[in-house]
Amino acid sequence: MGTLVEEIISNRLGRQVVAGDTVVAPVDCAFAHDVTAPLAIEAFERMGTPLHDPGRVVLVFDHVMPAATVAAAELHVRIRRFAADHAVRNLFAEGICHIIMVERGYARPGGIVVGADSHSTTYGALGCFSTGMGSTDVGVILATGRTWFRVPETLRVEVTGELAAPLTAKDVALHVLGRIGGDGADYMAVEWGGETVERMSLDQRLTLANLSADMGGKAGLCEVDDTTLAGSSPVEGVPIPHPRSPHYADVLHVDLSSLQPQVAMPPAADNVHDIGDVEGTPIDEVYIGSCTNGRLEDMEVVAGYLAGRTVHPNTRTVVVPASRRIYTEALRRGWIETIIEAGALVMNPGCGPCLGRQHGVVAAGERVVSTSNRNYPGRMGSPDAEIYLTSPAVAAATAVAGRITDPRRHN
Amino acid sequence: MGRAWLLGDGISTDAIMPGRFNLTTDPDALARACLCEARPEFAENVRPGDVIVAGRNFGCGSSREHAPVSIRANGVVAVVAVGFARIFARNAVNIGLPVIRCGEAVAAIADGDEVEVDTRTGTVTSGGRTFAGEPPSALAMRIAEAGGLVELVRGAGWAALEEAPV
Ligand code: SF4
Repeated sequence: MGTLVEEIISNRLGRQVVAGDTVVAPVDCAFAHDVTAPLAIEAFERMGTPLHDPGRVVLVFDHVMPAATVAAAELHVRIRRFAADHAVRNLFAEGICHIIMVERGYARPGGIVVGADSHSTTYGALGCFSTGMGSTDVGVILATGRTWFRVPETLRVEVTGELAAPLTAKDVALHVLGRIGGDGADYMAVEWGGETVERMSLDQRLTLANLSADMGGKAGLCEVDDTTLAGSSPVEGVPIPHPRSPHYADVLHVDLSSLQPQVAMPPAADNVHDIGDVEGTPIDEVYIGSCTNGRLEDMEVVAGYLAGRTVHPNTRTVVVPASRRIYTEALRRGWIETIIEAGALVMNPGCGPCLGRQHGVVAAGERVVSTSNRNYPGRMGSPDAEIYLTSPAVAAATAVAGRITDPRRHN
Repeated sequence: MGRAWLLGDGISTDAIMPGRFNLTTDPDALARACLCEARPEFAENVRPGDVIVAGRNFGCGSSREHAPVSIRANGVVAVVAVGFARIFARNAVNIGLPVIRCGEAVAAIADGDEVEVDTRTGTVTSGGRTFAGEPPSALAMRIAEAGGLVELVRGAGWAALEEAPV
């Protein structure tokens, strides 16, 4: 009985839990990346015990990969040494951690996953309980295979109406973020449902769950259906979770009939406006990628728009497929060639310029359109740069025009 | 008794510890970069015993534990805020940096004021006034008393948390 998150946790513990309970639970898989792993390793080493289960640990090089500085390279060496010492074989340098966790099947319907990264909410789109924690928590999980958490209350977001191109899940999520604010779902699970979500692809649902973190959410979840099961296989031995007579702390209804492309203006992702408020703003850099919008469908939208067009000479445009699988598939379909011919720079899979350390660090006074999830001052380089968050469709149109542009004007 | 360092709403972990400075686990290096853009004079002038006083959603954004580590490494004894982002609060408790929710104190305290925080009761005292902040949860207290999450679980195992309701 309960919300999706209550069902998942109850199934795993073999007893009914409700929001507000504090539980110690087994973790199917824990991961850390090249920035958070070193502190997690230090916490693990202070535990003074062997690794609980190397097969349940995933280490990903994505934030600064390949290393852009000596300091980054040294962190990579420490992580590789730890992996060798403790027989951890799940080591990846082929894309963003959150994409790898889904592609490689570490996150599965009904499971419990913890990542040392805030956007670990992403795979809740598969109907698992996944949440971000810090390095110390993950270090303790490495040693014990378990963690504690408080079962969260749930905010149900019920989405209805037709979501027609160029609108995407990104616009829906930004709209909700603007409505409830960056702490609007603090400590809660955000459960996405309704006819529109039911019709969404897995790629789109992953975007909803990803941005749940930026609402303060502890988790972001979608119900398990045929779309989910076509792209993932449930954890063995536990029932596929479904909300049953759920009690929601709150229900938010979102009707898409008048939704415009959404733009989050500086200084935070919850400063959301209709595109009409910012159209025409000159843009120095466009970044298309990230764990929010670097997936195959996003590459398709971008290639579709850029075909036969050229990016504006004043707007450097950086496209980063989120994983090797996405990159190679987009290559095979000719999309990468289209994107490159349009004048964009295509970088290796990973976080790219999202966190301001490589591949397009921005200067004071510059304005950026990014398809990621964060636009805090200093996020992508100088604290005096401005970051606008949009969908890939708006980003592609902006890249061509050199100013924030509604893609519907140029279809 | 320490001095208050006043910060606004929505201070993110990008502001506490910008991404270009957290490619290290060295607490001293992290301490020097702490708040270097939001309060450039902070790291140089902060003294052990000082308190950060902030608005809503302190520590929002990235899960980087470098942020609370850098605050603690500067000798800050507590962060008092209207509210904390979830992962930041958890990280802080895990490493022994007390976080106290107390909107009234935040509204009353000015930058540089003398402040005293009782991290066991959540009471904040400043300018002769006392504010009742939210006391830490039983779980947070247990972690704090053990000296951190690693120390608690290493000593008593998860049983320490499973047996007693938290
Ligand atoms: S793409 Fe950006 S938000 Fe996503 S994991 Fe990487 S740094 Fe974090």
